[in-house]
Formats: sequence, structure tokens, C-alpha cells
Amino acid sequence: MTTTVTAPDPVRIAPAEPPPVVRVRGLQMSYGAQQVLRGIDFTITRGQIVALLGPNGAGKSTTIEILEGFRLRSAGEVSVLGVDPARGDEAWRARLGIVLQSWRDHGKWRVRELLCHFGSFYRPYATDGVTRPWDVDELLAAVGLTEQADKPIAALSGGQRRRLDIAVGIVGRPEVLFLDEPTVGFDPQARQEFHELLRTLADARMTILLTTHDLHEAEKLADQVLILTGGRIAARGTVAELARQFGGEAEVTWTSGGRTHSARTADASTFVRQLIQGGGEVEDLRVHRTGLEEIYLSMVAGEEAKR
Amino acid sequence: MNVTGNAVRQGLSRGGTELRQVLSNGQDLGSNLVWLIGLLAPIYFLRDNMLAGTDVSVAAFVLPSLLSMCIGFNGLLNLAQQLVVEREDGTLLRLKALPHGMVSYLIGKVLLVAGMVLVAWVAVLGTGALLVDGLHLGEAGRWLTLLWLLPLGLLAMLPLGAVFGSLIESPRSIGLVMLPVFALATISGIFHPIAGFPTWLQVVAQVFPLYWLGLAARSALLPESALAAEIGESWRHWETVAALGGWAVLGMLAAPVVLRLMARRESGSTMAARRDRALSRRAA
Repeated sequence: MTTTVTAPDPVRIAPAEPPPVVRVRGLQMSYGAQQVLRGIDFTITRGQIVALLGPNGAGKSTTIEILEGFRLRSAGEVSVLGVDPARGDEAWRARLGIVLQSWRDHGKWRVRELLCHFGSFYRPYATDGVTRPWDVDELLAAVGLTEQADKPIAALSGGQRRRLDIAVGIVGRPEVLFLDEPTVGFDPQARQEFHELLRTLADARMTILLTTHDLHEAEKLADQVLILTGGRIAARGTVAELARQFGGEAEVTWTSGGRTHSARTADASTFVRQLIQGGGEVEDLRVHRTGLEEIYLSMVAGEEAKR
Repeated sequence: MNVTGNAVRQGLSRGGTELRQVLSNGQDLGSNLVWLIGLLAPIYFLRDNMLAGTDVSVAAFVLPSLLSMCIGFNGLLNLAQQLVVEREDGTLLRLKALPHGMVSYLIGKVLLVAGMVLVAWVAVLGTGALLVDGLHLGEAGRWLTLLWLLPLGLLAMLPLGAVFGSLIESPRSIGLVMLPVFALATISGIFHPIAGFPTWLQVVAQVFPLYWLGLAARSALLPESALAAEIGESWRHWETVAALGGWAVLGMLAAPVVLRLMARRESGSTMAARRDRALSRRAA
């Protein structure tokens, strides 16, 4: 094949919409007669953190395993980093990070030893811009395992093991990171540190998709939340958008002249401003917006009732 | 950097690490060698019994045959068991998530098993040198036979171990392979020459690789006078190479297909399901 070097076409390199990192269209999955995914669509752009939220059995793990290339879909279009995961080769795999649910593998290996070993698999995939693998000491510090570096993995606590799982997932500096229930078994502080770590990674342009059934986690972490129930995406958007979309109204309560008043409004700020500018006595003012939790629970309950 | 070269290098480093882990842990080493000690013990009691029609002792006949058992046990049973256990505990899935991880995993396992066979051989040959008279351990040409026997034996056995390891679903079912292998050992002339067996049993034994491994090991260590106890009174090297080579080719054709099918099934949720089953077993 011959290649001719020409001056870049100014029209073609104009900053168009960047191609999405993950693109899913009409994804369906059946195990025999049982349909687990009934046609889902979503798109993730570079540097986004997306939470796939849903009750157990909603199809979260199935979705993520299809994207990882570990499971073949029944129908629909899927692309991850521009490649169909069903046909992804090893070079494509090298750009992926996968945090699996932990179990008891590699118990005799030491923490640093295992990270060095796994990191070495990514060495041929280093580029001018990206050093691969991640420096192991830096990585240990980032996940808070410096003190455990020389311990056998079997001797780690559950939370420490989970941090190691995450370190294994990012040792190759992936462009896209998949995490299946990453914070199971974390105490609140570990959870907080984990959220900060994911934020840092996303700031460095890593694209992150995680599954969780913890609403607060999705709320705190995700740029985009996809609520999956019964194999369909029941709702999507930022947490604020979801609250607006489904919560709709906020309830404003106040006391005036010893009496308690309450009103429902879609635009709480305007309502409150007008209330105060009205000049009357307004005390003990409270605004309660329907939380995502209530929306989520009612959505899940609705889906359960349909079964 | 060369991608394939790196995968091979990581596999070797993996095998080296695992071998060190086994050798530096008394319990692991013990559980790997305990069966061997059980088989070596009778050698001491059989050292004065002579093999009928020859001038070698029963001990001298059994000792080299045990070398073939080492390859059979480690190559087939040990490899199969590791595949089953490491599929359940998530090791395999972890490697599957890495670029070229599965290739490295297999290379590591081959190195580990080969290392374990060598350790077992040292134990067997050491016992022979100390306790058994009539072995020709001092001649270089004899060692040459062992030198080709080891890789050829591994080539014949390892793919079989990989196939069994892929087909067995639970670590508790590993006994399903253990029993037939023991049965095979008893008819394959490890403990007793098969020349006196009924013809049909001889034919069955000669279909499988264990007999040929034992024959080759005996040819390496025993004097010509021991030939009287063998079928056709010959070491049959060419037949040995053909039989073991045939098994190797067959295994190499089947193993990648079976391994690939097995690996393809692995995912986070299949492993989670297996973990749940294992935990409920433990609770029960």
C-alpha cells in the first residue's frame, strides 16, 4: 500500500463532535427464553463517569460484560473505543481496564509482585503520550496500599483486596474503565477515597462506567446516571435532571402569623423570591425537593409489580 | 516492543514465581510429593525380590517406571486440577482481562508443571541411587534418553490435562479423573511387567501414553538383561516416539479448541455464580 502525505484538509480536521467512547444501540440479550436486556441505548463521551444503576437482576452485569467483550450479545450494535467488543483484539483489550468482583485468586502473590506482573502485560502498548504501565509505587500510593505492598494477597482485608482490584484495573492506564460493583465492602472513608480517585482519573480523561445499586454513590459520582430496571433504561440524565424530570415539584413550607403554610411548585427559587418580596412575615422557611431516592424506589417498585 | 515476545516472557516469569511459591512453602511441596513418598516406600522392601526371568530386582524395575508416573501425575492430574481450581477462584478471568493474558497463563502453567516433574524426578532418582542396586545411573547415554523423554512426555500429557481441566466443572469432581488414571497406572506396567498379562489387556495398555513413558524410562536406567521382562524383549524406542508423538499431536489439536471454548465462557457473572455455589457448599 502506498501512502501519500498531503496537507491536512481543514474541513475534515475541524473539531467535530468527538466520537463517543462507548456507543450502544438497541442492545438485546437473552439466555434461552429469558430476555435480560430488551433494547437499550446509551452513549458515553470521553472523560465521563457514568453509573449504571439498578436492582439486582436488572441486567447491569450483563451489559458491562458485553462491553468488556466477555459475553456475546443477542442483538443490537455496540462499540467501545470504535471497536465491536465481540471482535476486539488484544491491542483493543490493552486500552480497557476491568475491575472484577473480587474473590480469592492469586492469594500467594504479594501485592507489589502481582501489580508489577500485571503491569508488564501493558508495556508493549505504551505510546509517546501515555506511559504504560502505571508506576507501581505511585499506583500503590494512589489506592492506599503502600503499607501492604509486600504482604501476600491472602492476608489482605476485604476492603484492601478491593483496592487491589481497582489497582489491577488501572495498572495499564486504560482509556476506558469498567467497574462492576466497585465499592461493595467499603467503609464510608474508603468509599470517599475511592470516589476521589475516580474523579482524578476522569479529570485525566479516563472514561468510566460503573455498576452500582447504591443510589448515593451514583448521585455523588456520576456525570450521567442510567437507571436500568427489567432490562430497559427507565431513566437517564444527571442527578439534577432526573430529579427535575421525575420529581417535578418541590414542596415549600413556611410559617406566617403562627400558621403553617405549604405549597408545591416546579420553580422553587422564583416562588421563594416572590414569597419574601411579598413583604409578609415569613419564618421557618423550608424547601423539600423529592429526592432521587424516592424516584428510584418508586421506579423499581413499579417494575417489580409488573413481573 | 514485540507483543508476542512479551507475552511469552510474562508467562515464563509467572511460571517462575509460582514455582518459587510452591518450593518455598513446605505444605505445598509436601502435598505435591506425598503421593510420591507413598510410591517410593515399597522400593525399600522390594529391593531383594528378583523380577522373574531376569537378574534385576523388582525395585529396579519399579523405580524408573515411577518416573513416568511423575509425568502422568503432574502433567495430567496436577494441571487439570489447577485449571479447575483457578477457574473457580477467578485467576483465569483475571488473566483473560489482560492483553495476551491467557497465553501467558498457559505458558506459566507448563513451566510450573515441568518444574514440578523435575523436582519429583530428583526425588525418585535420588532414592534410586541410594537404595536400589542395578540401575545404570552413571552413563551419559542413559541420561540422554531421559532428556528426550521429559519434553516428549510432557507434550503428550499436558494437552490431555488441559482438556480434562477444561471439561471438569467443579474442583470436587477432580476425582473423576483421578480414578481412571490410577486404574491406567495399574495396567500400564508401572508396578509389574505387562508381558505376562492377557493379550487384550496389553493392547489396551499400549494405546495409552503411560505405558510408553515407563518403557522409555526403564530403557534409560536398566541393563539389557531386564529386556526379558518386556513385550517382544525390546525397548521399542521408535514405537515409543510414535505413540507419544501421536498423543502429543492429538492433544495439541484438541486442547486449544477446548481451552478456547472454556475461556470464552468465563465472565464476571459465571464466576460470581460459581463463588456463590462454593460459599453455600462451605456453609452447608
